Amino acid sequence: MSDEANKGLLSPLRRKLLMGMAALPAITMLPRASFAQAPATSAVNSTGLAVTDTEVTVGILHSATGTMAISETGSIEAEKLAIEQINAMGGVLGRKIKFIQEDGASDWPTFAEKAKKLLVNDKVAAIMGCWTSASRKAVLPVMEQYNGMLYYPTFYEGLEQSKNVIYTGQEATQQILAGLNWIAKEKGAKSFFFIGSDYIWPRTSNKIARKHVENVLKGKVVGEEYYPLGNTQFNSVINKIKLTKPDVIFTDVVGGSNVAFYKQLKAAGIDLSKQALLTISVTEDEIDGIGGENIAGAYACMKYFQSLDNPNNKTFVPAFKKMWGEKTVIGDVTQAAYLGPWLWKLTVEKAGSFDIDKIAAASPGIEFKGAPEGYVRIHENHHLWSKTRVGRAKLDGQFELIYETADLVEPDPFPKGYQ
Amino acid sequence: MVINSRFFNRSELIGFIVLAAVLFVILPLSLDVFRLNLVAKYLTYAFVALGLVLCWGYGGILSLGQGVFFGLGGYCMAMFLKLEASSVENTKIQSTPGIPDFMDWNQITSLPLFWQPFHSLTFTILAIILVPGIFALIIGTAMFKRRVGGTYFAIITQAVAAILTILIVGQQGYTGGINGMTDLRTLKGWDIRPDHAKVILYFVEVVLLFACIGIAQFIRLTKLGRILVAMREQEDRVRFSGYSVANFKIFAFCMAAVFAAIGGAMFALNVGFMSPSFVGIVPSIEMVIYTAVGGRMSIFGAIWGAILVNFAKTSLSESFPQLWLFGLGALFIAVVLAFPNGLSGLWADYVQPRIDRLFASRKKSDWKDNSVADGAPAE
Repeated sequence: MSDEANKGLLSPLRRKLLMGMAALPAITMLPRASFAQAPATSAVNSTGLAVTDTEVTVGILHSATGTMAISETGSIEAEKLAIEQINAMGGVLGRKIKFIQEDGASDWPTFAEKAKKLLVNDKVAAIMGCWTSASRKAVLPVMEQYNGMLYYPTFYEGLEQSKNVIYTGQEATQQILAGLNWIAKEKGAKSFFFIGSDYIWPRTSNKIARKHVENVLKGKVVGEEYYPLGNTQFNSVINKIKLTKPDVIFTDVVGGSNVAFYKQLKAAGIDLSKQALLTISVTEDEIDGIGGENIAGAYACMKYFQSLDNPNNKTFVPAFKKMWGEKTVIGDVTQAAYLGPWLWKLTVEKAGSFDIDKIAAASPGIEFKGAPEGYVRIHENHHLWSKTRVGRAKLDGQFELIYETADLVEPDPFPKGYQ
Repeated sequence: MVINSRFFNRSELIGFIVLAAVLFVILPLSLDVFRLNLVAKYLTYAFVALGLVLCWGYGGILSLGQGVFFGLGGYCMAMFLKLEASSVENTKIQSTPGIPDFMDWNQITSLPLFWQPFHSLTFTILAIILVPGIFALIIGTAMFKRRVGGTYFAIITQAVAAILTILIVGQQGYTGGINGMTDLRTLKGWDIRPDHAKVILYFVEVVLLFACIGIAQFIRLTKLGRILVAMREQEDRVRFSGYSVANFKIFAFCMAAVFAAIGGAMFALNVGFMSPSFVGIVPSIEMVIYTAVGGRMSIFGAIWGAILVNFAKTSLSESFPQLWLFGLGALFIAVVLAFPNGLSGLWADYVQPRIDRLFASRKKSDWKDNSVADGAPAE
């Protein structure tokens, strides 16, 4: 017991010490950065990016307006926080990060236009951005044509891999498989009912989930339903759920539809403390709109929850709230967006250059020990090794961590046997 | 000699020369390829605005569904380009190589029948014109033959825009859904992505735009154009004079649809993708706004409207990423309140009289004479 207590006392102390020590070189670097210490611009930038002796420019490209603004604001905030923290530590290769923010306006072509502007006009060294798959698909050809570097934060459907993108969120198998295994074991679940919004991510995720349920868990999918984005009428599917009585409702309904879905579930008398529901699309951000009382008891499968109890997260959450207000909540994607600037900084320092080709080559193997979700590492396929976690929604809108995988899960964007 | 018998009268000639100079010479010389490509994108809306001048400005038929035709044209072009980009070689990581990537994601294992003809460029070009044209013919016949007009027609076109969006988003295995068709690469083996291709595409588009301007101006000057105006002002009188009002309306609506479709096809080529966000209600209304800002009665005014509003959109959103939508809204309100005839009205009221006076003074050496009104016989 006393041993435990000691450990608990020691670790924050040790962390503070470590942080202080880590800050030392940064402090000594600061005044010298503008003189001789920082490597010459010509040496670290051979392709004409916006790098000067004191500054390096990156782009932030999210929807600040339109329907997606509510989701993407968290990512913008996290990226700005990371950039500020990196600058406070002396920047990247002795250069402060300056950012240019562009608005994708929840409109995919605008995303492509702005990405092109950032790369061609502003010559940014990297872009932190995009949220929906549609915006990423629109931006991807631009990134490949003009050889840019995109740090993409959202969990997504996989089936993609690019030299010019680092995916800091989970691809579908990382998010889904461990969660299904857990719920099958924990709840003895055999029958599943899938409900999703009708677009590529839910469809692909459910395809993977169905193969896993049928082939690995030897269970049964008793229903699979899709609704258009923005749909608010779920009564018919709720009736079907009542008829089929599945062990688990598995949902990937996105955005505003969630509010209607969980309210109607509750109104129909489905008690989430008795009926197991596993969602891969509800984070703390969404619960803000749904209301904790409507979703309490549901399980969410993510890689990060604001309530995670680890030293990194305990410094990250207060720093985030200090910058953006006490009431903000931090969801899975917000955390993944926070990783972008940090991973880029670490990669640049390893490569010793801002050149896109060198960064792309240096990315595999980059480790970030300070991630709020815990240690992460970039895989050869430019996705992150990360843990899968299951949380249970509480009345106050936070998640209580129920389960996490023992090891990091390998990213597998083109899963064999699941296509 | 009577000026009206010429193809352009003097003020139109000035408008034509100014537009040609700006699009053919000034912009290509002064802008880098990225900005020039943006202008090419703006100009795709100029085609739609041109169609709206005929249909709304002259014919008095307000269509709030031009996005439908823009989208149909764009999707036809995009289908051809997507098929070319989905060669077996390019798509070998898919479970079924040789079909577009979004079909593969949606577990479709062979190319649907209605996609097959889009392997042919000739068919595609015909489809760009005919599919929206015939669709407009069907809608127009159904509406105008029953004398549905005015507000009701506007509402129905909006409903059509909404339906088509839902259809495209819902049938994602066949259409790419909400993502649209992305990553379009080559046209008959010619890469449409590099800078020099963008410049060539820009000039192709400008030439096409001037061809369409010529057609629109021709229609305006013929008896047909005058009947359209008469119909707008006094529909019943035209009908009692023995003209089939419905047929003229259908014609104007079809022309507007075809112009919009050409714009859509050029959009797919210039921007490199197509998505349902250009089909729905919001873009359709935006297209009407471009025309209103430029001036719905003026061919050149509407084109300037499309260019300037889109330019304002780009520059406002670059400078004020959080606030730009408010700025744009304020701009629209200001234009509509202060200049109900749009930019062309402004031109006609303030700039044109000065030019006329200048010409008049040269001929008569009389600065005070401003009696040479537009369209009046010249000496």
